[in-house]
Amino acid sequence: MTESEGKPTWQQIEIGAIITEPGSARQYQTGDWRTQRPTYEHERCIKCGLCSIYCPEGCIGPNEEGYFEADLFYCKGCGICARECWTKAITMVEEE
Amino acid sequence: MTQRVGIEVSRAVAIAAKLANVDVIAAYPITPQTHIVEDLSEMVASGELDAAYVPVESEHSAMSCCLGSAAVGARTFTATSSQGMELMHEVLYVASSMRFPIVMAVANRALSAPISIWGDHSDVMSVRDTGWIQIFVANGQEAFDNTLCAFRIAEDHRALLPVMIHMDGFQLTHVIEPIYLEDQSDVEKFLPQNEYPLPLDPDKPVTMGAFGPPDIYTEIKKAQAVALTSSKEVILEAWKEFGDIFGRYYSPLQCYRCEEAKVLLLTMGSFSETAMSAVDAMREDGHAVGLINLTLWRPFPFTEIRQAVKDADVLVVFDRALSFGGPGGPVCSEVRSALYDLNKRPKVVGFVGGLGGRVVSIAGFKEIIERGTKIAKEGSDQEFEMFGVRE
Repeated sequence: MTESEGKPTWQQIEIGAIITEPGSARQYQTGDWRTQRPTYEHERCIKCGLCSIYCPEGCIGPNEEGYFEADLFYCKGCGICARECWTKAITMVEEE
Repeated sequence: MTQRVGIEVSRAVAIAAKLANVDVIAAYPITPQTHIVEDLSEMVASGELDAAYVPVESEHSAMSCCLGSAAVGARTFTATSSQGMELMHEVLYVASSMRFPIVMAVANRALSAPISIWGDHSDVMSVRDTGWIQIFVANGQEAFDNTLCAFRIAEDHRALLPVMIHMDGFQLTHVIEPIYLEDQSDVEKFLPQNEYPLPLDPDKPVTMGAFGPPDIYTEIKKAQAVALTSSKEVILEAWKEFGDIFGRYYSPLQCYRCEEAKVLLLTMGSFSETAMSAVDAMREDGHAVGLINLTLWRPFPFTEIRQAVKDADVLVVFDRALSFGGPGGPVCSEVRSALYDLNKRPKVVGFVGGLGGRVVSIAGFKEIIERGTKIAKEGSDQEFEMFGVRE
């Protein structure tokens, strides 16, 4: 039963499956849906942030050096960032 | 003072909703339910009832509006019928899954095509599995009483489930019957304030209706299934307390002259009273027959059914709906399945009739009982028979 560790039993479900904890969607790891992941060539990146605007998951932001990168906990690997990046700084590669 | 007055059953149901002090009514008119919500809209317009009446653009919107109203903890009522209930179908599941204590009067009516505004149970059976508590009534007094009981049951924190009160279209909704209309003060004693445990409240935000991925959906459905099954205890308690206050007691099924009966007939709704007269006539002629009037359709009263038929040889089940291509009427197939595991059980014979407002008379029910007894003895090459069909 390792799969169900930490997950509620039916007796623990709130009435009508109401969620009483705000912001709980943050705990939902959508990154494990991914079959491809974005990789970056920083020498091509002009830090315009267009990728973060197009990202439907809203999971792209600047790192400490100002380069835009996806948070892989949430990134579903859709590839929209790579398609929209007009300097071609993003390449999608197969997940292993 | 309690008054017994001659009143149309629809109007008595509207008065019951008023006595329950409903906060919100969201409804769309459809025959033969219209008089219920029409009366309520007049009560709100005249100031007789302090409630919000939302005249929505469809039944889908009516039930959706009821969701929102119930979510803030408002006492919520609506009524519908037939095609209207079909149009709100998907939202019915949402109401029960989100555990909202909405009360809905259903004027049972046939489904198109062909267009029929007249009564049968086709609409009920298409919403059988929506997770609502479902109670059938056989007369106007039962319709009034159970509308009051419905709020008490729905809002009980052990239940928190929506309730349908099923009343036969026209054959009940449009007839004038002598009905005891109870006092406001007594009703208030019976019916406490609605205190929904986790209402939408800006000071204490919650998320309602979130999505349920595969690793939680099954647990949520199990919790809902257990809630509906165990709501029977709440229903029985509510009926008991209603009886203690008002003197009229209800139960999941009513056994009429079942003592020593070897042949039993089972019916639901207003036809049960006609069937009772048939049983009376046959008893006078010396036949050991009885009637089971099934009141509680969901949660299904398995124990009570098994107990009620245990000494009978034949059980004839009369359905007012067809399960096309299936084993016969939905009630018959349910009852047969409930009895299957018993070592000693009556032979179950199914009839379907009374469709689209077709009347079944006292003589008709006598014929059904006699024909059913014969089929039980001699067998039949049909899964069920349609009664009264011209050939």
